[in-house]
Amino acid sequence: METLAWILLDTMLVTALLALGWGSLASKDLRRGVVLFIGFGLLLALVWVRLRAPDIALAEAAIGAGLTGALMLSALRDEPGTSSEAAGDASVRSTPVSASLLLTLLSAGLAIVLGAAFICALDRTDPASLAEEVFANLGVSGVSNPVTGVLLNFRAYDTLLELAVLTAAVLGILSLGPARSGYQASGPMLSGLTGWLVPVILVVSGYLLWVGAKAPGGAFQAGALLAAAGVLLRLAGHPSGGLPRELALRGLMVVGVAVFLIIGLTLMLVGRGFLDYPVAWAGSLILAIESAATLGIAATLIVAFLCGDPGQRPENHETADSGVPLAKCENNRRNTPR
Amino acid sequence: MPGKTMNEFLSAALIVSGLAFFIAGGVGLLRLPDVYSRLHALTKADNLGLGLLVFGLLLSTDDAFVAVKLVLIWVLVLASSAASTYLIAQRARRRERGVWKP
Repeated sequence: METLAWILLDTMLVTALLALGWGSLASKDLRRGVVLFIGFGLLLALVWVRLRAPDIALAEAAIGAGLTGALMLSALRDEPGTSSEAAGDASVRSTPVSASLLLTLLSAGLAIVLGAAFICALDRTDPASLAEEVFANLGVSGVSNPVTGVLLNFRAYDTLLELAVLTAAVLGILSLGPARSGYQASGPMLSGLTGWLVPVILVVSGYLLWVGAKAPGGAFQAGALLAAAGVLLRLAGHPSGGLPRELALRGLMVVGVAVFLIIGLTLMLVGRGFLDYPVAWAGSLILAIESAATLGIAATLIVAFLCGDPGQRPENHETADSGVPLAKCENNRRNTPR
Repeated sequence: MPGKTMNEFLSAALIVSGLAFFIAGGVGLLRLPDVYSRLHALTKADNLGLGLLVFGLLLSTDDAFVAVKLVLIWVLVLASSAASTYLIAQRARRRERGVWKP
């Protein structure tokens, strides 16, 4: 009876997930597509919970649904006429037949490869898996959450490179020029909520960072939550989303990679391997790296939301009604070729 | 143990009545004619539906930490739904799009 209920729930989840994914891709109205995509991300987080991967569920809900959704909505902000049918028709018309044929072929190939991998995974009978290896060695990792153990100890090198990729990406965003103009200061309702919610978010983010050592959580989840506070500040009228200017901002951009590298190289200096933590110190070193990475990831995500360098003043500063983008001139410029 | 069963019964009753509010909210979102009445339907699901759900779950947990987390979730959803409902209604009013055009 209980198994049947779970099967029913799983079937409903997967069906709704596929429907939302299709609706998000097929929607002619871009704004509707984005909203469906956010719903898709939230359901996907539930699916990860059902697959007993709560770490990924947290990251999916915070980054996949929350921040990516906010990024897409803010990208739509400057698109003229997104809510009308015209925008959808234009985008459909602009895709040539050859391109859509190529996309179909590529997607079909990908589906075949994934299906084959799935069938191979089902067929595999040997029980020796990486998971057992991880659990056997978890005692020396310095943490008791196996996901954090893998990310920050056994495969710390991968995580260091991931952070380096994020830093490279943020350099690209900063080189786009000044951040887009912000929103007008919000009314009492939103600014009241922000003033109340941002401290709560800071505390919860710190909790997620700390608890990552023994339960689902960690630097990526904590950083995403911290970035959500930045997005909230930005929407409430704080132009830089709570980010500092100039030197402090540059420091925040590199602090994750820098602390990671300093710890790794120091360990080499004292005669151990790169990022080969001594067992007694592993917990503290991992916490130090994760704290720095949290700040770096949060700053990176906020810069992505600002879409540029908050240190520079945007040109053509205009005022408008709250919630309406200040960069009206940009809209007009884009409208003229039509 | 009669106390235990009583507790379980109460918990289930609260959760089921909470779900009724969610169903009503969902139906209201789909069937009501304009932005304001749709918002009105949705807030019932957030406030009462989630509240009853949380209280039902509170009765079935013995862990104080879990209980605090549950109440915190309800309070956070209350605050954010009140603020976002206000913002959506204000926006709709400002644009004079009181009647929803699908």
